Amino acid sequence: MTKILVIAEHEKGAPKKLTLNTLEFARQVVAHAGGSYDLAVLGSGVGGVAQALTGYGADAVYVADHPDLAHVLAGPYAKVIADLAQRAGADLVCMSASSAGKDVLPRVAVRLQAGMASDVVGVVQTAQGLAYRRPMWAGNLTGDVVVETPVQVVSVRASAFDALAATGGASPLVEVAADPQAASARVRYVGFEGVVSSRPDLAEASVVVAGGRGLKDRFNQITEPLADLLGGAIGASRAAVDDGYAPNDYQVGQTGKVVAPQLYFAIAISGAVQHLAGMKNSKVIVAINKNADEPIFKVADYGLVADAFVAVPELVGKIKALRA
Amino acid sequence: MKILVSAKRVSDPNAKLAISSDGTWIEGDVEYVMNYFCENAIECALQLAEEHGDIETVALGIGESDETARFIRQGALARGIDRGILVSADEQTTDSDLIARIYARVAEREAPDLILIGKQAVDGDSNQVGQLLAEYLGWPQATFASKVELKDGEVVVTREVDGGLETLAVTLPAVVTADLRLNEPRFAPLAGIMKAKKKPLDELELDDLELGDAKPKVRIVKMSTPEGRKAGVLVKDVDDLVARLRAEARVL
Ligand SMILES: Cc1cc2nc3c(=O)[nH]c(=O)nc-3n(C[C@H](O)[C@H](O)[C@H](O)COP(=O)(O)OP(=O)(O)OC[C@H]3O[C@@H](n4cnc5c(N)ncnc54)[C@H](O)[C@@H]3O)c2cc1C
Repeated sequence: MTKILVIAEHEKGAPKKLTLNTLEFARQVVAHAGGSYDLAVLGSGVGGVAQALTGYGADAVYVADHPDLAHVLAGPYAKVIADLAQRAGADLVCMSASSAGKDVLPRVAVRLQAGMASDVVGVVQTAQGLAYRRPMWAGNLTGDVVVETPVQVVSVRASAFDALAATGGASPLVEVAADPQAASARVRYVGFEGVVSSRPDLAEASVVVAGGRGLKDRFNQITEPLADLLGGAIGASRAAVDDGYAPNDYQVGQTGKVVAPQLYFAIAISGAVQHLAGMKNSKVIVAINKNADEPIFKVADYGLVADAFVAVPELVGKIKALRA
Repeated sequence: MKILVSAKRVSDPNAKLAISSDGTWIEGDVEYVMNYFCENAIECALQLAEEHGDIETVALGIGESDETARFIRQGALARGIDRGILVSADEQTTDSDLIARIYARVAEREAPDLILIGKQAVDGDSNQVGQLLAEYLGWPQATFASKVELKDGEVVVTREVDGGLETLAVTLPAVVTADLRLNEPRFAPLAGIMKAKKKPLDELELDDLELGDAKPKVRIVKMSTPEGRKAGVLVKDVDDLVARLRAEARVL
């Protein structure tokens, strides 16, 4: 019997969708191994977030509300999560493999003397017990790993799991006295420079319009009209970010975001393995590139060999005409 | 002041990889390169040393001894890192946790002020060692750094996180993990390659480090090749694309 502690993530007073994907991972573990899960919400002024998560089948929703938890800092978060895991008797602690999850969870693992599996995309039964499936070598290989410690820690690749639907019912809210202070010492939060956008979150969008280095300083001019027409998010290759055409938050790939939308446009992107690692599980992939030999055409469902500066505005015009 | 940096070799990401006969690792004629993120960490250490002076830089490599020694010399010492430490270990069975415990033991001996580590190794892709190490040492951390400055006993780090760029000021000693946009790693100058041969490189065995239990916590039980995506069709023109996205794919 497993007792799982799922760490919720939230923004502007509401749970992020990737929390629901992580809950689906927990549900799958329970389906294999039996047991149940709890949720934990950490932050400052997060009562509303906790309330919004009471309908997802958790035995309890723990709330750790403390001014020192206003920003996700690895040291204090790890301490509060590990304390909570012990209190809940959890033998599996999980959170999405967001930048916060990647930052915090390994420290939780050390505190709980746990082994950790990163970026897990599936749960599989093996002769050696329950294993976690995870991409390795930029997704060129898959490893099934067994965590051999009594307590386990997992970061979950959200795009590989559906969002758990609300189950109804009402999990009890349990307020806990968090004690992050000692672990907050020696780190000072200086600031955050956010990407302001009214578009959907890249990790959650059902349409992603991604641009590469080939778009140069017309990156926005080409990607924005198509993204806005389809209600999509904008993504980018690393080269487009490196060259300053797009913000770092847009990067899709091995070291950026991993997305799996219904529809992914790769525009002027060559299709390096590191980029494919972040988008090859998209449902439908469209590649627009002027060079027919690029590897992106090996994964695209629909390839158009054309100059993006001409083809994309034309595409926008035709879709608009269709909808008129 | 002293900076400890990571120097890990990884199999070339562009090489075709074969799974070993027992199904738990890679095999064959594997070409190795320095882990890209370690190159960024090494470059960062060199730039900090050049800017501030009076900083000793030490590279740590863990792995099969001859090969790892070669990577420490060519990838770190030849670029300008002052000296190296090699801990010989079986790369297949050292998980992130064991690597972090080795680092922690070396850090206790060396007492660096700053540890700079690549944010992930592009073979295992776990992205754990820096964070595990910081917790083992009880030090603060700043991961995924795209800018690092030393100021009055603090390291001020700009971090690439979801949603934008976060800046943290962390009191030394601390662990910082390097992201790719931190810098452009330099090539080793010819003179550096010559000098590297004479630079000190200490060799340690796992037993020397008194780890207690030198077992990994995570074990790969099976490796496989994911099902590839099949190439689709090339469309004639934009009209053809729109028609197919609408009628076949039903996404418009
Ligand atoms: C450790 C490591 C991690 C990495 N992580 C990532 C990652 O997370 N994400 C990522 O994307 N990359 C990553 N990379 C980089 C990756 O290897 C490639 O360099 C990068 O993806 C290339 O970006 P690109 O396709 O935009 O640029 P290029 O490869 O330069 O391709 C530009 C493309 O634009 C096309 N083009 C040019 N002009 C036009 C036009 N007018 N119309 C149509 N097409 C045009 C060209 O034909 C070409 O295909 C990583 C690399 C390393 C080493």
